[in-house]
Formats: sequence, structure tokens, C-alpha cells
Amino acid sequence: MGNFYRDNDDIQFLMKHIDLGELANFMERGFRFAGRFDTAPANAQEAVTNYDLVLDALGRLSADFIAPRSEGIDRQGSTLLENGTVKYADGIAESLQALAKADVMGFTLPHEYGGLNFPNLVYSAAIEIVSRADASLMNLFGLQGIAETINFFADEEIKRQYLPQFAAGKVTGAMVLTEPDAGSDLQACKLRAFQDAQGNWYLHGVKRFITNGCGEVLLVLARSEPDRSGGLGLSLFLCERGPTVRVRRLEDKLGIHGSPTCELFFDNTPCRLIGERQRGLVTYVMSLMNGARIGIAAQSMGIAEAAYRIARDYAHSRKQFGGPIEKLPAVRDMVIEMKTQIEAGRALLYETSRIVDHEVGLTKISEDPTESPEAQKEAKQRLRTIKRVAAMLTPMSKYYCSEMCNRVAYDTIQVLGGSGYMRDYACERLARDARITTIYEGTSQLQIVAAVRGVCGGACEKYLAELAALPYADSVRDLLDLLAEGTQQLFKAVAFVKEAGVDYMDLFGRQLVDIAIALINGYLLCGQASSRVQMQVPIADDTTNGSGKTVPMAERKLMLARRYITRNAPKIRAWAEEVCSGDKSTFKEYEVLAGPVPELG
Amino acid sequence: MTYNCVVLAKQVPDTKRITGQAMNEDGTVNRAALPAIFNPEDLNALEMALQIKEQYGGKVTVITMGLPAAAEILRQSLYRGADGVILITDKRCAASDTLATSYILSCAVRKLNPDIVLCGRQAIDGDTAQVGPQVAEKLGVPQITYTEQILTLNGKTITARRSIGNGWQEVRTKLPVLLTVVDTANEPRIPAAKRLMKYKAARCRIEIEAMAKQDPSIDVEAVCKQLEQKGLLIRQWDLDVLGADLKWCGRDGSPTKVHRIQSVVLTTKETKSVEPTQEAIEAMIHELIVDHTIG
Repeated sequence: MGNFYRDNDDIQFLMKHIDLGELANFMERGFRFAGRFDTAPANAQEAVTNYDLVLDALGRLSADFIAPRSEGIDRQGSTLLENGTVKYADGIAESLQALAKADVMGFTLPHEYGGLNFPNLVYSAAIEIVSRADASLMNLFGLQGIAETINFFADEEIKRQYLPQFAAGKVTGAMVLTEPDAGSDLQACKLRAFQDAQGNWYLHGVKRFITNGCGEVLLVLARSEPDRSGGLGLSLFLCERGPTVRVRRLEDKLGIHGSPTCELFFDNTPCRLIGERQRGLVTYVMSLMNGARIGIAAQSMGIAEAAYRIARDYAHSRKQFGGPIEKLPAVRDMVIEMKTQIEAGRALLYETSRIVDHEVGLTKISEDPTESPEAQKEAKQRLRTIKRVAAMLTPMSKYYCSEMCNRVAYDTIQVLGGSGYMRDYACERLARDARITTIYEGTSQLQIVAAVRGVCGGACEKYLAELAALPYADSVRDLLDLLAEGTQQLFKAVAFVKEAGVDYMDLFGRQLVDIAIALINGYLLCGQASSRVQMQVPIADDTTNGSGKTVPMAERKLMLARRYITRNAPKIRAWAEEVCSGDKSTFKEYEVLAGPVPELG
Repeated sequence: MTYNCVVLAKQVPDTKRITGQAMNEDGTVNRAALPAIFNPEDLNALEMALQIKEQYGGKVTVITMGLPAAAEILRQSLYRGADGVILITDKRCAASDTLATSYILSCAVRKLNPDIVLCGRQAIDGDTAQVGPQVAEKLGVPQITYTEQILTLNGKTITARRSIGNGWQEVRTKLPVLLTVVDTANEPRIPAAKRLMKYKAARCRIEIEAMAKQDPSIDVEAVCKQLEQKGLLIRQWDLDVLGADLKWCGRDGSPTKVHRIQSVVLTTKETKSVEPTQEAIEAMIHELIVDHTIG
């Protein structure tokens, strides 16, 4: 009887360290739904109990039901049947059914549509837990943003028709955006949306690389304004799976085999407009993508956690040179580095989710006519900053967590050596599953482009100042000094790129964003080291069943923060120096240095 | 037709998590040192009952007999989909062996008049596998033990497959029937989120009375009434409600007498190396069979 929630001390700690009651208050709008729905809590304490109970159940399901199926899912994959329908891997079909029975397919949907109305933060934790059991299942469990997009932007009739079905797990969805010639650049979408004489909408064209394109409810980005190129010619439509939607091809992929990736042909498919015309890409898809990016960050955390545990176990049990390999400096350093980066990533992901929850909550208050004008005004004021911080942290989380999980999965294979390269251990699957995370929902390079604007545009400066002004324990004073020094390095680099122009900013975007993330994570870890949460965590020893020795979590977090910040300080200086080097060889000497395009094969 | 199912469940110490303090010096189980859990095969029985309900309709009622703390597995049953739950708790039940337990449970089952009674094959604390069959005998209904699968439920006839170790048997009988269910029958579902959120507050009267002892400001009657209105008051029966004959209950109704408890401590005496050859491995297996370690 395992439990992927209870067995994770860091998640347990963060659930107490972060003020979930505040998020519950936002979600429940001051607990006004109590009594009207069985799922609605009467107060913050009850809400937090609910979060804990549901994550506990999901943790058990993930450990005992889903994880044992993951190898089978990877080997079997999805199948395109002759009649054009897609059959999920058995383990995926069974797990989806179990998730539906567990009432967890409407995590963030409002009570009135049968959802749990949980904050994004708890959903992020849930996605990590499920992904640790099977990364590819996350692509179905983690698609709840589709229902959320319907909830945010569709009219009431569409909401009433579809949202309860999503919440009950009766239907799954797909976000149908990518086309053969429109990948990262979605403005180039061509799939046509047109109206008949009665004003009914239809879709015609091809979409590619569609995760769960075989789902029952599809949100399709299409060109509704034939004369208008670019993003403003695109609208978002909802259609159902049917005879006019054909899965033409199922991709044969490196990893996440349980998640079917489809090529779809729409042959004059009847559909309905979501929200308003022309806002498809610029408003709705952007919102959908932001949610999905946090989802991928959480999926990355799950993969990293699963890989780390394999590495940690092997480093302890594999004996070479007369002892466990964890006694060797290179191996133990890899193990600690993985653990440190995982906890840094989780800190960033949870903070991002928390900020997004504030954004959602404040938006609701600002748009609610029953709120007092003062409350609305205050919410609007706070929203201005929060939105900018959320727009920066979201791509940062996606970038950091996805790159991190690739490093962790890679190093796990390294710790296991030859055994890790074999299919006998799950780490080779995890490394394959990890690889997509830096690519889909926007590549790392695009996340950097999005984040660097926040780093150079003032949002980061303001946010870092807020973090620096929080109360911390005396034990982290020297670390805060290091972070303040790093912040000065960042400002210096930002000032330099502002002079050098936008192209130069994008050229050194990675270094700028890396510095900013190292600083933000540093502050978050200092916050954790200063936590008032009383929690004892076990420490390792040589016996297999544990000596029962424990340390306070805050003490452990202090060590972690110290290691993370002191090891990053020289890197920050180096990155800043690199940015300020003024090296433009990438622009000027590409043709010479890269040489002519080679012939392939 | 629809079927009314009654599931008999037991709260047991988690014998998989044995630690140094698991046994008292006198050789009895130190229940305080082990976490109390839902007997695993009773969860399989509950799952089978819930699947019957999903397929044919009807309702599922879970009964447990035990201390007030056993109400926890009744909440666990509600989280998973049980329609009703009943705690049988009474000091006069103390020291009941399997026969007395079966008698008390049969009195409770009779009051509910179910079509199908389900219970786990055996509990992981006593491992007797006696209570299910004895309840069937007391009720005078047929029993299918070691049930792995219900093949058909047709009107008042049930056909089920029972595991017999190296194979299986298909058996058919008339309802009402009692089934004891094995762990290979299904994978029990986990609590459903919405039911968790609703039924986490479900309590039985004896639990509220215990809370009132800690906190005198609690008005037991008022709290019970409030819970009842919300459908959150767990039904609680004692031997009077059951109309049980006291001479068949508790110590008086228990012919089992513990004669002696022996604490067996296994120690390693010697180690042997076996060459990885076909012959050496065969010899090792032969030796293990001869001394009854395996086989």
C-alpha cells in the first residue's frame, strides 16, 4: 500500500508552509457556497482538510493502481483501429476509469458544474502525483484546462452541456492548435472555419501533433476571418468527435506512449464558436496555454521525482569498490544535486500556482457586481502587478522544471550505469518521457522569450524586492546578502541588454532568465528555511529499515537553501558577465561558423 | 431486478507493518502499536457489492462490529459508495470468538433482509476464515466461499466462480446467498473525492459522546440531530436493538478458549552457499521440500 502524496515529505511540508486557507477563501469566494453543494467547505480549515483528503486518495491510487501499469502502458501504446478510432493502452483506459470514479476529473471546475473547485496549487500537486505514477496519463488527467477554458470563455449553454460531463470523467478533451505549418508560430494557422447561410459554423482542414485528438470534445483554433492574416484572424471553436473528424495518423513517438498524438482531418465538421470571434488565439488560447504550461511543469516534477527515487535507491544498494556507490563523491554529489533541483523546482511551481490562484481570485472579485466598489477597485489594483508576475513565473516554471527533469532523468541513468540503459529499469522510460517536456506547450526557447520580457521589463525587479522584504529567520541572513548581490548582478546585466537592443536581449535571454530563477528560487528556499511549520523528517542511515532519526524540516531546508544559493552565486556572476560581454558573433558570424547546409544521409 | 447487498467488514491491525512493539510480552497482539485498517479482503467484498449495485441497482449496506474506533472503516465505506453503514458496538460483545461474532452479525443481517451478503475470505489478524461461513449457517442460506467473480446474476439465481487454489469451480445457487470474496476478485476503488468531502463529518453517537467527555460544551443530542438531518449520523446498534440472546454473545457465547500462547522466535543458525548449477539447485529445492519449508 503506497501513497505518492504521503510518502513525499516535501509536498507534505509545502502544503502546510503555504497559506492554503487564503487560496481557499479566493476559490470559495468567502465560503459563500457552503450548504449549497456537498463539495463546498464552510471555512478555510475544512477546505484545507478537503484538499488533504483528496490528495491522499489520489496518492494511493497513483501508487497502487496507476504506477504498476506504467510499464505496460509504455510497451503497448495507443492503437489506431481500422475504423479510424483510437484505442488507448489498457492501463490508460483502466486508470482513466479509476480517476473518473474517484471524482477527480473536474479538479478546478466550479461546484455548480460538478467540479471540486480546488485551487491551481492543489491541482499542480495532483498532476505531479499522477505523473510520477505515469507521465503519459498526465496528458489526459492534466487536460482539465480545456474544461477550464470553456468555463472561462464559453456561453452558459455550452458550459451546462459540457462541463458536468468533463467533471464526471465521461468525456475527455483535446486542445487542437498545431498544424503542419503552425507549430510554435500559431498565428500561421490555416484550418478554415466558415458559416452557412443560417450562420452555423463548420471546420475544414488538417491539424497535427494533437494530444488526445481522439477525445470526445475538441477545442479547435481556426481561421474564421479569411481576409485577415495573423492572430486576429483566428477564433476558437468547440466540436465533438464524429464521422467528420478523422484521425488520419497516430504518431510513433520517443516517449509518453500512453498519450495518443493524432493527426486530424476535419471535413466540414459542425462546430460552435467559443466566446467572441477573433479572440481565439490572443485571449483564449493564451489563457489555455498558460494553464497547460503549469501542467507541464507539474508533469516534469512527477517525472523527476520518480527518477530521483530510482537513483537514490540504486546509489545506496549498488556496491562497488567495497561499499555502496553513494560513498563516491561524484555519485553522492549527483544525488544531492538532483534532490536540490527537484525541491527548487517544486518551490517555483507552487509559488507560480499560488500567484495564478491570486490572479484568478482577484479577477473574480473585480468582475463580480455584488462586490463593493472599494473591493473591486482594490482587486483591480492588485491585479495589475499580479498579472505581470504570473506572466513571468509561468514560463519560468515550465522552462526550469522541464529542463530540470531532463537533467535528473539523464543523471539517474548515469547513476545506474549500464543497468540504467537497459529496459529493466524504469529510468530509461522516464528519460524518454522527460524529453517532450521542454518541447510541447512552447519550447524552452519560447518560454525564455516570454519570461525575459518580465525580467527586463520591471516585473522581476518589483517581485524580487517583494521577496527580499518578507520576514526571514536570522539563520539565512548571509544567504539573503548573497541573493542581494546576485540581484545587483542581474540589474547590471539587464541595464546592459536594454542598451544593446531586443535581438541582443533574446540572444542572452537564457542567462538572464537563469539568473532570475536562481534568485527567486533562492528566496523561496530561504522562506522555507524560515518556516514556522513544525515537522520532523527522517534522515538516511546505513540500515535498511531506518534508525528512526529525524531532523526538523526547517533545519534541512536551511542546508538545502545554503547549498543552492552558495553554489549558484558564482554562476550568477559568470552568467551576468557573459551577458555583458557584448559578444554578437551569433549574429555576425553565423554563416562562417555554421558553414553551409550539409547534405543529409 | 435490483439487489440489496450487505457487506460484513472488520477493522484489523495492519499486520504488514509489524514493528518491534507489535506483540505484548504475554504473546498477544499489541493493537496500539499497529495502525488500524480496513481488512483488505473486506474491501474486495465491498468492491464486488458496489459493482453489483452499479450493474443492477439496489443498495449496499456495510456492517461492522467493534469498538467505537471501527466507525472509521464505515466512513471509508461511505467514501467508496456505500449507501448505509451500521456500527454494532456493545460492551457485552467483548471477548466474542468467531462463533459468537457470527451469531451477533447474523442477527444484524436478518434485520436487513438482504439478497446477497458479502464478506472478505478472512481477516488478516485472526486468519480463521470462519465468520463468513458461520454467518451463512446461522442465517440458513447457501454460501459460496473463495468467490473470485460473479458470472451471472439472473433473477434469484447466482452463478459464481470460486478459486480453489490450482483451479476454479463454477457454482450456482439461489438467493439469498453469502459470498466470501478473495483478493484476486477485483481491485478495490479508492475513496471518491466528493464523497470524501461530504462524509468526512459522518459520526456515530458513541463517537460524539466521547467527544463530549473531552469537551463538555458539546451537546450530544443537538449534534446527533444535526448530523441526522444532513444524513451524516452513522447508525449504531447494540445487542438489545438486535434482540440477541446474550448467552450466545461475548465470552458466554464463545466456546474457544485460549489454552496457551507460545512466542516463537526464529533465529539464523547457519548459512549455506549453493552453486548456480541445475543439480545444486534441484538438491536445494528437494531439501526444502523434505523439511517442509516449501511445498
